[in-house]
Amino acid sequence: MSETTAHDAVDFAPPAEVGEMELYHAKTWIGKYVWSQDAKVIAIQYGITAIAIGLVALVLSVIMRLQLGFPNTFSFIDPSNYIQFVTMHGMIMVVYLLTALFLGGFGNYLIPLMVGARDMVFPYLNMISYWVYLAAVLILVASFFVPGGATGAGWTLYPPQAITEGTPGSDGGIILMLLSLGVFIIGFTMGGLNYVVTVLQARTRGMSLMRMPLTVWGIFVATILALLAFPALLVSAIMMLLDKLIGTSFFMPAMVSLGEQTAYDGGSPILFQHLFWFFGHPEVYIVALPAFGIVSDLLSTHARKAIFGYRMMVWAIVAIGGLSFIVWAHHMYVSGMNPYFGFFFATTTLIIAVPTALKVYNWVLTLWRGNIRLNVPMLFAIGFVFTFINGGLTGLFLGNVTVDLPLSDTYFVIAHFHMVMAVSPVLVIFGAIYHWYPKITGRMYDDGLAKVHFWLTFLGTYAIYYPMHYLGLEGIPRRYFAYGDTAFMSESSQDLNAAITIAAIVVALAQLFFIYNMIVSYFRGKKADPNPWEATTLEWQTADNPPKHGNFGPELPAVYRWAYDFGVPGAADDYIPQNVPPKDVKKA
Amino acid sequence: MSIVLVFLALLMGAVVWWLVKQTINVQPWVAHPATDSVRDEGIRSPITSKPLSNIKIGLGVFLAVATSLFALFISAYSIRMEYPDWRPITEPALLWTNTAILVLSSVFLQWGWVGAKRGNLQTVWLGVGIGGAFSIAFIFGQWTAWEQLASAGFFAIGNPAIGFFYVLTGAHALHLIGGLVALSRTVSRLWRRQDMESIKVGVELCAVYWHYLLVVWLILFGLLLTT
Amino acid sequence: MVFAIVLILLIFGSLLFHVVSPWYLTELASNWSTIDFTLDLTFWVTGVVFVAVNLFMAYAVIKFRYNRNRRSEYKPEDKKLEGWLTGITAVGVAALLTPGLFVWADFVTVPEDAHVVEAVGQQWNWSYRLPGEDGKLGAVESRFISDDNPFGMDADDPDGQDDVLITSQTVHVPLDKPVKFNLRSLDVLHDFAVAQFRVKMDLVPGLVSYLWFTPTRTGSFEVLCEEHCGLAHFAMRGMVVVDEQADYDAWLAAQPTYSEILAMKAGDPSVGEGTYAVCVACHGAAGEGNQALNGPKLAGQEGWYMRRQLQNFKSGARGAHEDDETGKQMAAMAGMLVDDAAIENVIAYIETLPDNPPPTTIVGDVASGEKIYRNCSVCHGVNGEGKAATRAPRQAGMSDWYIASQLKKFRDGIRGAHPDDDFGMQMNLMAAILQTEDRVNDVVAYINTLSGKKPQQVATRENH
Repeated sequence: MSETTAHDAVDFAPPAEVGEMELYHAKTWIGKYVWSQDAKVIAIQYGITAIAIGLVALVLSVIMRLQLGFPNTFSFIDPSNYIQFVTMHGMIMVVYLLTALFLGGFGNYLIPLMVGARDMVFPYLNMISYWVYLAAVLILVASFFVPGGATGAGWTLYPPQAITEGTPGSDGGIILMLLSLGVFIIGFTMGGLNYVVTVLQARTRGMSLMRMPLTVWGIFVATILALLAFPALLVSAIMMLLDKLIGTSFFMPAMVSLGEQTAYDGGSPILFQHLFWFFGHPEVYIVALPAFGIVSDLLSTHARKAIFGYRMMVWAIVAIGGLSFIVWAHHMYVSGMNPYFGFFFATTTLIIAVPTALKVYNWVLTLWRGNIRLNVPMLFAIGFVFTFINGGLTGLFLGNVTVDLPLSDTYFVIAHFHMVMAVSPVLVIFGAIYHWYPKITGRMYDDGLAKVHFWLTFLGTYAIYYPMHYLGLEGIPRRYFAYGDTAFMSESSQDLNAAITIAAIVVALAQLFFIYNMIVSYFRGKKADPNPWEATTLEWQTADNPPKHGNFGPELPAVYRWAYDFGVPGAADDYIPQNVPPKDVKKA
Repeated sequence: MSIVLVFLALLMGAVVWWLVKQTINVQPWVAHPATDSVRDEGIRSPITSKPLSNIKIGLGVFLAVATSLFALFISAYSIRMEYPDWRPITEPALLWTNTAILVLSSVFLQWGWVGAKRGNLQTVWLGVGIGGAFSIAFIFGQWTAWEQLASAGFFAIGNPAIGFFYVLTGAHALHLIGGLVALSRTVSRLWRRQDMESIKVGVELCAVYWHYLLVVWLILFGLLLTT
Repeated sequence: MVFAIVLILLIFGSLLFHVVSPWYLTELASNWSTIDFTLDLTFWVTGVVFVAVNLFMAYAVIKFRYNRNRRSEYKPEDKKLEGWLTGITAVGVAALLTPGLFVWADFVTVPEDAHVVEAVGQQWNWSYRLPGEDGKLGAVESRFISDDNPFGMDADDPDGQDDVLITSQTVHVPLDKPVKFNLRSLDVLHDFAVAQFRVKMDLVPGLVSYLWFTPTRTGSFEVLCEEHCGLAHFAMRGMVVVDEQADYDAWLAAQPTYSEILAMKAGDPSVGEGTYAVCVACHGAAGEGNQALNGPKLAGQEGWYMRRQLQNFKSGARGAHEDDETGKQMAAMAGMLVDDAAIENVIAYIETLPDNPPPTTIVGDVASGEKIYRNCSVCHGVNGEGKAATRAPRQAGMSDWYIASQLKKFRDGIRGAHPDDDFGMQMNLMAAILQTEDRVNDVVAYINTLSGKKPQQVATRENH
C-alpha cells in the first residue's frame, strides 16, 4: 500500500471564518464550582449525581435479589415494597443513571475537548440543564415518601394498572414519577441542544466530521435520538397524568377495578405501549451508542492501532440510530396488538443486528495485529466486547417474534437487557472513568485496586446474568415476588437463584473498591502525565492538566489528521496527536 | 402512528443525506485539503450560503424537537379518533378570532424583524410590542375558549375529543408562553438600548418561532375542526 | 495472558454450562415443536458466532500483546473483508428470521376447526367461558359486571344462555384438538402463559386477544399471569387440564350454563335453621363463634365465601391435610350437608344471624400490622370488608384468634396446598411473609381496628 499519505503534506488547516465564543469567567468559588457554566464542572455534577442515585438503585437491586435468592426470609421485604423497588431500580438505572451519565456526564466533559472547542455553545443553558436534572432526581426520590409510596407499576408504567388501586404507589407515587420524567425531559432537551449544536458548529479548524473520534459520534447521534424520542415519553406521561388526575380516558378502557365499576371508557392501553416503546427502544440506543463510541476509542488507544473500519463504524452508528426508530414494537409482540405487525418488526429488528454485528467485528479486528497494552481501561474495554457479544446474540432470540413467544416476560428478557444495558455499558463507564481519570483529576488511580475492581465486576456480572438466561428458558416469569410450588419450575432453579444473589452481593460490594479508589486517589494519587496513555485525541493535548476553563489556553488547536494515527509507518513514535502538523512529525 | 413515522423518515432522510454528503468519499486518514475547512462542513443557510449562527441552529434543533412532540400528539389523536366512542365536538367560534389574532402577532413580529434589518428602532419597538400584545391576547382568548367549553358542560372526562382539545391547545399555548419569555428578553435588550446586532438576532429568532407556532396552530385548528 | 486464558475459560465454561444445564425448556405439551426448533437453530447459529468471535479475540490478546519494539499494523480499512462480513452476517440473520416468520404465520392463522374457550382474567384470578351448544359466545359488556354477574353477561342476548361459565381456576381441554383461547380482561393488562404449550398472549381490557395450540399429551399445566398486574400478580395462577375425550366430556357435563345459574333457587333460611342445629355447638346459636371448641364466628361473613369453604371441605380440598385437626372435624361436619340445596339453605340462614363484634383476644403492634396489611388490603379491602371480585373474605369484625390460626396454617401449607383449593394457593404465597408469631399477631391486631365497612360506590359510566 502506498505510504505517501497526506500526513506528510504541507500545513493545510485554513484559518477559521467565525470568531471564538466569549466565555463567562466566574469570580467566586460558588460561581466556579456550583453555578458553573464550565461544561467540565457541569459534567462532574451530572456524574456525581447520576452515580449517587445509581448507588441507591444498586441497593434496591440487592434487596430484590435477597428476596429472589432467599424467598420470604427477610421480613422487611413484602410484595408491596418489592415491586416498588423493582420499578424504581429500573427507572433510575435506565434514565437517571445511564442516560444522564453518558450524555450529561461524558458528553459535557468530552465533546468540547475532543472537538477543540472552549466550551459548549450555550453555557448558561447548559448550567440550567443540570439543575433541572437534579430537580427531577429529587422529585423522584420524594415519591418514596408520599402516602402509598413510590409507584410499583414496573419501569414501563403500563396503564391501566399504573393508576388503579391494585398497584402499589398508584396515587402520589405515579404522579411524582410522571412529573419527574417531565422535568427530566425538559432539562435533557436543554443539554441536548448544547451537545448537538456544539458538534455541528464549534469544531476547531481542521476538525471535519470525519476526523472526530468515535466517542463524539456516539454521543452526538445518541443525543439526536434522545431529542426526537423523549417527546414520545413526554406525550404519554402527560396523557397518563390527565387520566389519573382528571379522569380522562386516553389509555383507560371500560373497566372494573377490584370489582368496582369505574368511569373510564374507550381508551387504549396499547396506545400507551406504542408511545412508550417509540421512546423506549431508541432509549436503549441512547445508552448503547455512547458506549460504542467510547469503547472504540479505548480499544484503539490501548491497542496502539487505528480503529478498524472507521467509516463503517460511523455509518453503523448512524444506521443503528435511524433504524432504532422502526423496531419499537418488538417489545410488544405479545401485547395483544395486531399480530401481523409482528412480521414487520421482527424483520426490522433482525436487520438492525447487521450494523451492530459489524461494529463487533471491527472492534475485534482493531485488536488483530495491534500492540495491546492490557491496562485497566483496556481490560474493561475487552470485557465490554465479550459481554456485548453475549447480550447482542441473545437479542436475536427475542427479536425473532416466534422465539419470543415462550421467552417474553421471563428471566431470559431480564438477562438479555441487563447484559446489554447494565453489564456492557457499565464496563465501558468504568473503563472510561479510569481512562480519563488522569485528565479530569490530574492524578493516577491506584492500579491494584482498579484491577481488583475489574475482575470482581467482570466475572461477577457474567456469573449473575449468563446463567439467568436458563431460568428464563425454563419459563420462570419476571416481576414475581415469589414462585411457590409449580410443576415446571425445578427445585434446583431456586438454588441457582440463590447463587445469583450471592454473586450480586459480591458485585455490589466490589463497587466499594471503585468508590474508595476514586476518592482517595483524588487526594493522594501520583501526579499524572498530561498524556499518560499516549493518546491522539485533543483532550490529551491541553495546555493544563486538568484543563482550565476555556480548555486549550490562549490559542485553540488546529487539527491536521484524524483521531487514529497509531503505528503510522515512517513515524518515530507509535502515535501522532491530531494537532501535530505534518512538518512536526518526528521521522523514524 | 404513520404521521410520526413520515415526519421521522423525512427528518432522518435529510440528516442521513447531509451526513453522507459530508462523509461519503472522505478517507479521513488521507487528507483532502480542499474540503478540510470546518466552515465547509458547518451548516450554511440554503438562501444566503453564509454560515448559520449557533443560536439559529439551536432554534432549528429545538423546532425539530417540538415538531416531534406535536407530531406524536397528533398521531395519538388520529389513533384515538378511530375508536367507536369518538364524539366530535363543535369548537367555540372564539377560536376563529384567536386564530386571526395569532396571525396578526406573527405579522407584527415579522414587521419588527424587517425593521431590525433596516436598523429602524421605532419599527422594532412597534413590531415587538404589538406582536407581543396580540400574543398575550391570544393566550387569554384560548383560556376563555376553555372556559366556554367547560361552562357548556364539557368537562374533560366524558368525551375523548374534549380531552384532546385541551391537551393540543394547552401544549401549543405553553410553547407560546415560553416564546413570550424569550420575547421579554428581546424587549429587555431594546429597553437597555443594546447594539442593533443583538436586538436583530433576538427579534429574528422570536419571529421565526412565532411563524412556526402559527403553522402548528393552523394544523391543530384544522385537525380539530375537521374531526 | 492471564486475561486471555480467563476469556477462553469463560467461552468454554459458557458452552459447558449450556450442555450440562438442567435448566432448559420444559417438556413440550403442544404442537409448537416448530418454536422449539427455531429456538434450537438460534442457539446453534449464535453459539458458533459466540465461540468463533470470542476465540479470535482471545487469540489476538495473546498474540499481539504489547511489545515495545513492535509496531501495530496500520490498516484503517479493508473494504473487501467488511463486505464479506456484512454478507455472511446478513445470511446468518436471514437464516434465523425466515423459519421464525413462517412459524409466526402459523401462529396468527387459527385452524378453522379450533375448539373455542374464553379465558377471562381479572385481578387476581382466572375464569373461563365456553360457547355451549350453539357454538357462539354470548355478548358481554363491562358495565354489566357486578358481584352477581362476574362475567358481565348481557342477559338479553339469547346466544349467551347456553354459555358454560366456569369460575374455578381450572379449565379442561380435549387432547389432540386445536384449541383457541379468546383472552378477555375485566380490568387491567394480564397475560395467559403456559410454559409447556410455549405460547402466551396479553389480555387487554377493551379488546379480545387470542392464542391457539393443540395439546399433545394429557396432564395438568399451570397458567401463569405474565404481565405485571398489581400487587398479587405472582399469585394469579390457573390450570389447564388436558383430558382424553371421555374425561373431557364428563367434566363438561358437570359445568353449569348461564341459564342454569340464573335459574338457581336462593336458599331457604327456615329450612336452613334446621340444618344449622348441628353447627350450634361449635359456632354458637347466633353464629357468634366459640373459641373453646375452635368454631369461628360465621355471622356477617360473605355467603359466597362460606359456600366455597363448605364445598372445599366436602370435596377434601380443605381439611384433609394430616396436620389439620380442626379441619378434619369440619370436613366430617360438611359431609353431612347432602347436596348443594342444603348448603344454600344453611348459608341463607346464617345470613339472617345478627352481626355483633366478637371479643378481641389477640394482642400485637398495630403500627407494624398496618405495614403488613398494605399487602392484604388490595384483596381484602382497606377496611377489611372483603371483596367478591378478588375472592377475598371479610376479616374485620370476625374471630381474631381464628384468623391468626388460619394464617399460620396457610403459611405452613397445612391449608391451601391441595391442588383443588384455588384460592388457598394464593394465601399460601401471601402468608409466607408472616415469618414470625409476632408478625401474625401484629397484622391481626391491626385487622381488629378495621371497621369492615364497604366503601361508597365511586362513579359509574352512567353518571354523565
